[in-house]
Amino acid sequence: MSAVTGSGERGLRKVFEKPDLLLSAEHSLCPGCGEPVALRVILEAVQELGLRERTICVAGIGCYTAFPMIMDVDVMQALHGRAPSVATGVKRVRPDAFVFTMQGDGDMISEGLQEVLHAAARGERITAIVFNNAVFGETGGHMTAATVLGQHTKTSVGGRDRERHGNPIRISELVAQLDGAAYVARSAVHTPSAIKLTEQYLRDAFQCQLEGRGFSLLEILTMCPTDWFVTPAQGPAFLAERIEPTFPLGIIKS
Amino acid sequence: MPERVLMEGSAAIVEAAVQAGCRFYAGYPITPSTEILELMSVRMPQVGGTCMNAESEIEAIGMVWGAAGCGVRSMIASTGQGISLMQESFAELANAQIPIVAVNMCRGQGDYFQATRGGGHGDYRFIVLAPSTAQEAADLTQLAFHLADKWRNPVMIMGDFLLSHTSEMVSFAAPALAELPPKEWAVTGAKGRRGITLSPLGPSEKLSTDVAAALANVTAKHSAIVSEEVRVEHGFLEDAELVVVAFGFPGRFVKYAVRLARERGLRVGYVRPISLWPFPRHAVASAAATARAVAVFELNAGQMIEDVQLSVLGRVPVVAIGGISHDHSGFGVGPLLNVEHILKRIGQVYSGKEDP
Repeated sequence: MSAVTGSGERGLRKVFEKPDLLLSAEHSLCPGCGEPVALRVILEAVQELGLRERTICVAGIGCYTAFPMIMDVDVMQALHGRAPSVATGVKRVRPDAFVFTMQGDGDMISEGLQEVLHAAARGERITAIVFNNAVFGETGGHMTAATVLGQHTKTSVGGRDRERHGNPIRISELVAQLDGAAYVARSAVHTPSAIKLTEQYLRDAFQCQLEGRGFSLLEILTMCPTDWFVTPAQGPAFLAERIEPTFPLGIIKS
Repeated sequence: MPERVLMEGSAAIVEAAVQAGCRFYAGYPITPSTEILELMSVRMPQVGGTCMNAESEIEAIGMVWGAAGCGVRSMIASTGQGISLMQESFAELANAQIPIVAVNMCRGQGDYFQATRGGGHGDYRFIVLAPSTAQEAADLTQLAFHLADKWRNPVMIMGDFLLSHTSEMVSFAAPALAELPPKEWAVTGAKGRRGITLSPLGPSEKLSTDVAAALANVTAKHSAIVSEEVRVEHGFLEDAELVVVAFGFPGRFVKYAVRLARERGLRVGYVRPISLWPFPRHAVASAAATARAVAVFELNAGQMIEDVQLSVLGRVPVVAIGGISHDHSGFGVGPLLNVEHILKRIGQVYSGKEDP
């Protein structure tokens, strides 16, 4: 994600650079991973909305646990599944802080499902962000509660089977039913237009918190070519063809 | 002279916490710690604080983590079963060096191992304080918040059903405690500085990867805590042939039984550990140095006795005179907590009729 610049001599102009809040253009995740794209979009939004000095991010445990080290905002590292309760403690004692969580589908939907549901029901004024790649990426490709039917993982060899493994959970639809949830949306980062959607939904979710309207959740579908057992170049198509049909994009509650 | 008020041990802990500046509490109801949650739900809003009736113990400790990580003095209470659910967070709070005060109103004294060894993972330690009266509970609660901040380490108050529910006279003098430095480690939003990461996994500085140094930094303070924070009460030790060791509320019963034994001419003394970690090893060892035997009264199957044995190092026999003691409620109030019974057991060990 280094800056793309052109030579002034030939009349080219800089059209893209990493946000200042990203301390390093290097990340330690796999080629083709969608999470660094999502992080970049998040930090751009924090920067553009002027929230840096109010921001407290609560990070879960997954591949993205490498991110706090390169994010120039205050971060509290939570345990696996526990970011919503930790963020609740933060927001309750620092109501003026801008608080968002970063979790994966394994963290939020498998390990910590109870946490996110209660935080949403209480209407905590926090923004929960879940990177959903439908697999435990950090452990090396195991089935989560969001692994889609037919998806091959190391613990659903031959594909997730309804009878043997049960069904995936659509966290956004689940959270949207709760009265304390004010804004719920699902986006992705596999195409330029999907990234634009992520940028728009993220601002909506952040605005929801800033206006004190209640709990906001943004589910971002991210590529995990390594644990989908495809090449990095095949990741976006796999997301569109195999993952997105179970998790349709759009605003679910506003 | 400060006003003295009649209140239960639970209430004494709550008031002491409020006076110590505790402004965040999260809990989940469980006997015999529930009164602390009930009282906090009234007191916290009165002083501009927050009390959360969390949906589980695991969420309660997560909330306390978040509040304490922001630099706000925060407390949680439960009983052994609920404390068990918090162990993963306890271990990592210690690694993240986030100061909290945790109260365990145990059922009996079966949670000594849980408190002093920890049920969590890794090389962490909690400072553990065991009050025997409502007044001491108030004093140690104030101290607990101080020690937690001083060492950036969680502190546990270990009580029981009787401490929680016995009403006694309590006063709240402001304790003379040293001034502590500002909490520059706390997460506040990165105003005028680079962001920080408050994490149990590694260093707080951005772009730093020295995990080993961060974890070594956490455990390096353990030896300093052991040398500075031992607290113990003892009596009648000068010529004691038998030393009785007991902690917490049952420690009062032992103290009384020892006094009665003295009136009957038995040379018996007692040691009451107030800090369970760090354990008062030297006090126990020096009391045992001139005794024939050491007896341990605790309401469990034998837990603190291991620390006593580690202190005595085989010099004299160490005999268990307590045991598991419950009535039908299962809350740890049973027939063994009886001065006459304790006196009888002391007499048996003293006269050598008890085979060690």
